[in-house]
Amino acid sequence: MYKIGIIGERDSVLGFMALGFSVHEAQNAEEALIVLRTLVKSGEYAVIFLVEHFALSLSEELAAYKDMPLPAITVIPGHSGTTGYGMASIKNAVERAVGADILFKED
Amino acid sequence: MAEIRVNPTRMELKKLQGRYTTARRGHKLLKDKRDELMKQFLEVVREDKLLREKVEAALEKFYRGFTVASASGHPKMLEEALLCPKNEASLKVSYKNVMSVTVPAFEMNLSGDRLGDGFNYGLAFTSGELDVSIRELNSILGDILRMAELEKTAQLLAEEIERTRRRVNALEYIMMPQYLTAIKSIKMKLDENERGNTTRLMKVKDMMLKEQLQSNTEEDE
Repeated sequence: MYKIGIIGERDSVLGFMALGFSVHEAQNAEEALIVLRTLVKSGEYAVIFLVEHFALSLSEELAAYKDMPLPAITVIPGHSGTTGYGMASIKNAVERAVGADILFKED
Repeated sequence: MAEIRVNPTRMELKKLQGRYTTARRGHKLLKDKRDELMKQFLEVVREDKLLREKVEAALEKFYRGFTVASASGHPKMLEEALLCPKNEASLKVSYKNVMSVTVPAFEMNLSGDRLGDGFNYGLAFTSGELDVSIRELNSILGDILRMAELEKTAQLLAEEIERTRRRVNALEYIMMPQYLTAIKSIKMKLDENERGNTTRLMKVKDMMLKEQLQSNTEEDE
């Protein structure tokens, strides 16, 4: 059995406690990085949600986990709204695979 | 393009021809693999995109309600209400094999006494907004996990597609032309040797005939 983790600042992640996620608070990107590393290292988490504006400054770290089957690190918007980072990462995956962006072209 | 330096012998020729056939078959297979991977990948990505749009919209709604809820009550109230969840979410992970890429599949497991409503706090001291926003969040729980699964799958497939595409291109534009030029150069060299041999034989034959004629005339005299 694996756990579901979520990392973000207090206002963004508090609500996820009600779902039974294992909630980890981080005030800034550095803290988030430390938490993220501990969670990945523990091997208990299959899915780790990360709030978008932290992900922006952690993209190098996230790229390192991209090619591992577990954990799945998924970026979700924080309480301050979406920055489009999540969509951009889908776009990146498409560009990586296809060589051109064929999915978002019409938008 | 760097050519392969080979000895122009029949054995080398045979070996290279074998390699070329293998490369051609491998190229065809890898190309098929790439096409199929691409098909699967695009399916996953399309679904992922729709899900992400849905989840992001729902989360925005949730945050809005949640902010109102936290503003309308005591700051400690929220923490108190949410701190002890009734249920714990855990995941069962199984692995699927998509075109020899191992991708995870998540299955949600909720444990704890879940009293139908999904609220883990008394309703007396909390605001209605909190209930609404938590319900909103609950309703997208399945979607958000499915999104995590799809995004991981997309990343893994993208990596595999990139690798396969490189292999296909390497075979098509480097390996196969190299083999072809090497085979051609060996064939030319062998033909050249063959021609050299024939002319030498003809020359020798001429010389022998001439000698024979000369000795015949000498005998006649």
